[in-house]
Amino acid sequence: MATATRVSFGERLAELGATHPDIVVFDADLSKSTQSQLFAAKYPERFYEMGIQEHNMIGAAAGMALSGKKPFICSFSTFVVGRFEAIRMSIGYSEANVTIVGTHCGVAIGEDGYSQMALEDIGLMRTLPNMTIIQPADDREARAAVDFLATHQQPAFLRLTRQGLEDIHDETYRFEFGKADLLKAGNDAVIFATGGVVYNALRVAEDLKGEGFDIRVYNIHTIAPLDAETVVRAARETGRVITVEDHSIVGGLGGAVTELLSEQQPTRMKRIGMTTYGRSGSPTGLYEYYGLDTAGIKRQVLDFLR
Amino acid sequence: MDLSLPALHRYAQEMRIDIIRMLHAAGSGHPGGSLSLIDILTVTMLKYVGRTADNVLDPDRNRLVLSKGHGVPALYAVLARAGVIKHEDLITLRQIDSPLQGHPHNVSMPAVEAPTGSLGQGLSIAQGMAMAARLDGSARRTYCVVGDGEMQEGQIWEALLSAAMYKLDNLIVILDYNKGQIDGPTNEIINLEPLAEKLRAFNWDVQEIDGHDVEEIDTALSNAQRLDGKPHFIIAHTVKGKGVSFMEHPTEWHGKAPGDADAQRAIEELQAQLTKEA
Repeated sequence: MATATRVSFGERLAELGATHPDIVVFDADLSKSTQSQLFAAKYPERFYEMGIQEHNMIGAAAGMALSGKKPFICSFSTFVVGRFEAIRMSIGYSEANVTIVGTHCGVAIGEDGYSQMALEDIGLMRTLPNMTIIQPADDREARAAVDFLATHQQPAFLRLTRQGLEDIHDETYRFEFGKADLLKAGNDAVIFATGGVVYNALRVAEDLKGEGFDIRVYNIHTIAPLDAETVVRAARETGRVITVEDHSIVGGLGGAVTELLSEQQPTRMKRIGMTTYGRSGSPTGLYEYYGLDTAGIKRQVLDFLR
Repeated sequence: MDLSLPALHRYAQEMRIDIIRMLHAAGSGHPGGSLSLIDILTVTMLKYVGRTADNVLDPDRNRLVLSKGHGVPALYAVLARAGVIKHEDLITLRQIDSPLQGHPHNVSMPAVEAPTGSLGQGLSIAQGMAMAARLDGSARRTYCVVGDGEMQEGQIWEALLSAAMYKLDNLIVILDYNKGQIDGPTNEIINLEPLAEKLRAFNWDVQEIDGHDVEEIDTALSNAQRLDGKPHFIIAHTVKGKGVSFMEHPTEWHGKAPGDADAQRAIEELQAQLTKEA
């Protein structure tokens, strides 16, 4: 069943409220969209509606964290990460134990168009030396990531989707922070995918097996710290690296892998993702338009492999 | 420590000398806003926050966030007076291996409550600290010192709106209203006036005082202990560079460290005042 990771987050956070009395939640007038409303309904005394004040929300959450609380601050990712300078000072530099929850990430938010789409947020957050970045790819992973973050003692960014995501994991799944998650073996090339397009990337790899390419696929849920050992080894073993993400190819997962490999294992690479400002349209229509559906990813992978 | 008003006044005068020495040794920094701030900070930190070496990490300590982070020499001087920093370490200000960073940093110096220096953010952090105190059912107070230039930041007005909405009467803001910023007099850059009217319209309790008169500072802070549903704002009128005749100018000594001759002259002036007052 397709589940939006923002829903997985909201449901799990509301459950954790019972066992984690230090958790406080902030939202900036989007609690119905970010699903922080589920926590608010159960724990109104630990929920802070900040109105349309993302800068102030960042600072107030930092003050809470510096007073021993565990704040989660929620908004559309572009609105909260866009207040980057407040994040870098009040959360990053202070080592405030705040989790920034950015929902509505990527072009797949659809009809609302570019103003609401976060396409640069990973790139911004990656520049902060102590910022954990997690982007789950399905419901199970998102719930496990929230469990992890509830006790994580560092600034963190959790990147979530508006759209429903198909399951990629079964009930045996275990979330391992900082570890690349092998979805499919193969030695002809490796795909590193993250977030809402992991499912599509995996379908493409399975599809291409019939066409003579055995492609390894990793789901990268922890973008920072990146699992450098696995990425370098996979690059060395396959010789061809592809990244797939619903984010700008600059600064995101593609940027992270490129930077790492250029120093440690220079490898032929193809970064698949956004290269322009986004447009309005249906989520599926936009994935087709920007080449992030299975047909589009397959086309780009084949161009690269041939 | 003697917390009588004459003693607090004397400490502040002595710390003016510390500030000049620190900035002279560092070769850079902000004398104007540190000297305008020192009387406010002395009374607030020593008498009302009650910072001592023993309570730096006490969860129930009162907090003081210096939102105008460039005034940090004054903060370090007061922390030294409180026994939290060694007095002889003050002259390591801005040196590469010193915990006394050029702007406040809580990680380098745990007695500093929050990183500031990007203007307009400290009040939001103080608001969060006041919210946490409320959630904990703690009587601790959060104090925040803001500058007039940073009152131009939108984030300040976000915090002013929401702190009143959350009825944070455990939050006390003191404005070091020295009327100057880097590019010129504040009223010629972006005028704040009529400020008291604006703040009252934002549902804050407002007092207006002379920010160099320790008795007025003390009375205002004492009044601001009221838990009446409103956050408290003290507009403290000050003079940039206060205490050093040639630094008392709205902008000239905003961000310029005194050289050898100026430092010597300033210290002589301040010592003469101390002798005269004694």
